[in-house]
Amino acid sequence: MHNNEREFSTEEYLNMDLLRFTTAGSVDDGKSTLIGRLLHDTKSIFEDQLDAVEKASKKMGDHQVNLALLTDGLRAEREQGITIDVAYRYFATPKRKFIIADTPGHIQYTRNMVTGASTANLAIVLVDARHGVVEQTCRHAFIASLLQIKHLVICVNKMDLVDYKEEVFTEIKADFDDFSSKLEIQDIRYIPISALKGDNVVDKSVNMPWYNGPTFLYTLENVHIASDHNFVDCRFPVQRVIRPQSDEFHDFRGYAGRIEGGIFKPGDEVLALPSGFTSKIKSIETMDGKLDEAFSPMSVVMTLEDEIDISRGDMIVKPNNQPEIGQDIELMICWLNPKKMIPGGKYGIRHTTQEAKCIVKDIRYKVDINTLHKIEDDLSLGLNEIGRIHIRTTKPFFYDSYKKNRGTGSIILIDENTNETVGAGMII
Amino acid sequence: MYKYHLSHLSQLENEAIFIMREVAAQFEKPVLLFSGGKDSIVMVRLAQKAFWPAKIPFPLMHIDTGHNFEETIEFRDNLVKELGVELIVASVQESIDTGRAVEEKGPNPSRNMLQTITLLDAIAKYKFDAAFGGGRRDEEKARAKERFFSHRDEFGQWDPKNQRPELWNLFNGKKHIGEQFRIFPLSNWTEMDVWQYIATENIPIPNIYYTHMRDVVKRDGVYLAQSPFITLLDGEQVEKKQVRFRTIGDMTCTGAVVSNATKIEDIILEVAAARETERGTRADDKRSEAAMEDRKKEGYF
Repeated sequence: MHNNEREFSTEEYLNMDLLRFTTAGSVDDGKSTLIGRLLHDTKSIFEDQLDAVEKASKKMGDHQVNLALLTDGLRAEREQGITIDVAYRYFATPKRKFIIADTPGHIQYTRNMVTGASTANLAIVLVDARHGVVEQTCRHAFIASLLQIKHLVICVNKMDLVDYKEEVFTEIKADFDDFSSKLEIQDIRYIPISALKGDNVVDKSVNMPWYNGPTFLYTLENVHIASDHNFVDCRFPVQRVIRPQSDEFHDFRGYAGRIEGGIFKPGDEVLALPSGFTSKIKSIETMDGKLDEAFSPMSVVMTLEDEIDISRGDMIVKPNNQPEIGQDIELMICWLNPKKMIPGGKYGIRHTTQEAKCIVKDIRYKVDINTLHKIEDDLSLGLNEIGRIHIRTTKPFFYDSYKKNRGTGSIILIDENTNETVGAGMII
Repeated sequence: MYKYHLSHLSQLENEAIFIMREVAAQFEKPVLLFSGGKDSIVMVRLAQKAFWPAKIPFPLMHIDTGHNFEETIEFRDNLVKELGVELIVASVQESIDTGRAVEEKGPNPSRNMLQTITLLDAIAKYKFDAAFGGGRRDEEKARAKERFFSHRDEFGQWDPKNQRPELWNLFNGKKHIGEQFRIFPLSNWTEMDVWQYIATENIPIPNIYYTHMRDVVKRDGVYLAQSPFITLLDGEQVEKKQVRFRTIGDMTCTGAVVSNATKIEDIILEVAAARETERGTRADDKRSEAAMEDRKKEGYF
């Protein structure tokens, strides 16, 4: 890998882009091997970590160094040899910094994958070349699609075990193409690899001259993600009002928040929700100076020309492009708690910087995540199940469909007794 | 479209600022845990940015083991004066004096474990409901499982097997009375990110991060600073070495590395070439394989 020979360059480092991706897979599909190889070949594993993992592997009676132990750091995970929770791993190449949300394949799998996918730009699904597209492949891809991940990479792994045959790869690709027509992901890529032998992971494989596409790492480094944010629909949920009340900033009144969509500039006419008052942006402030424009996902402070009543939970938008406003919301929900969702039940709800209560008015249907069929006769939503529901909130929300904007289209439900996060919702 | 693009470091900065503001909004009495180390120094800078032009709306708290590098304390006091924020010092010595904590026996008594008692007592005393820490997921394998908003029960305990799922940018800080949260805005930062941020932001750091001549003792393969808190064992001797510290913590468990780094750019090159994690120099993590997890379960940082 080029990293090893290169000198470290701070200039490159500061220009690096950030790609968040999620990996999903079952126990033996080689996911750990693939991630281990990426980390290893990009010099992201340190000697003391490797030593510790080697020792731990021996103690557990493994013949090989088990790279999963790098982040399966919890005692319970080590004892049982399983991953309980999403593990976050970090590595960088001169082009990009990567955050991997590595989600376990078995226990709590939907819950973990949904969590990992919620912040990802890209999803990786591993397919064992010997077994082809199986139920789990479809499940993973469906969740990636539901969470509106824009890029999906299907790694057909263990090509070494099928003699690197092109037909195997082509057949799997055709199979998956068939299934993926039901999904909403535009960008799907296929790469034949052997994570164990290193074919097409970092370096181009000499064993598969029939494959002319890019390697796995090259793909990660070059997928175009600059347009993944919404730069059209201006949304600024207010987190906090900043009033320094100091001599220097005596009359300063600013609205702190993160831009969830669009591009804001001083002079822009804006509208505050829910009040409906309009004003103009006076300035966009940061400690490092005023900005000529601000866009998603920047955290800034906005000041307006007029004094209008705005507080946490309100949203600053443009008068000619407003979000939906309402208390009756339809959404797809993934249930995250062992205690089933109660039809007619009341839950706490968080959306952008808003907090309220809601009542589950109706469970419309449940999705069989293996076949994507709708289930309409059993409407109880339990742990790891996904369905469409209708909720009514105690106050109006300002929202967009999740498809249009992840930030203003997502909610979580909270159990009011235990305070646990029990549901993850995507507004339709 | 490429114009509307943030570098990875800028994205991390914006994420951390968002989280700090969420905490200020969702909790009644947050506090920022400040050790004088690079991560907590970066945290202070981010807190300044998050609430600017207003002051940081919460105090800093130092859990003082009494085994400090003088340089860190001097640095801490200057920073606090400059920012005009309140500093609370919770003392491990006081916990020992009042019988809340018992000093470890042996030649290398570490007060690392005792910090938890002092920390939890201070949180209870001041009724803090959220404590910011500079912990990062890349630091240690138990930390890799941490949430941004990490729930602690009324005993300050972490239950890593039962954590709340954290989705999108929606953070659930709901809790029962007596429970608390630990907040980790630097979760997604790596050691290199922290150093690069210090360099680009031109943030002052304690001078012991740079090379200096120091009396050190080699123990378990780690150079420890010679101090009144260390008793020499048989065969150990004090040497003079040109060293710097990669992390700053309690003097008795923070290892020094031989280095000639005189400026931040040198440190960055060292970090880029390092083949050991920064916690490899921490004796407190070497006690057992799950040392960090066990300490965290009891309420450690």
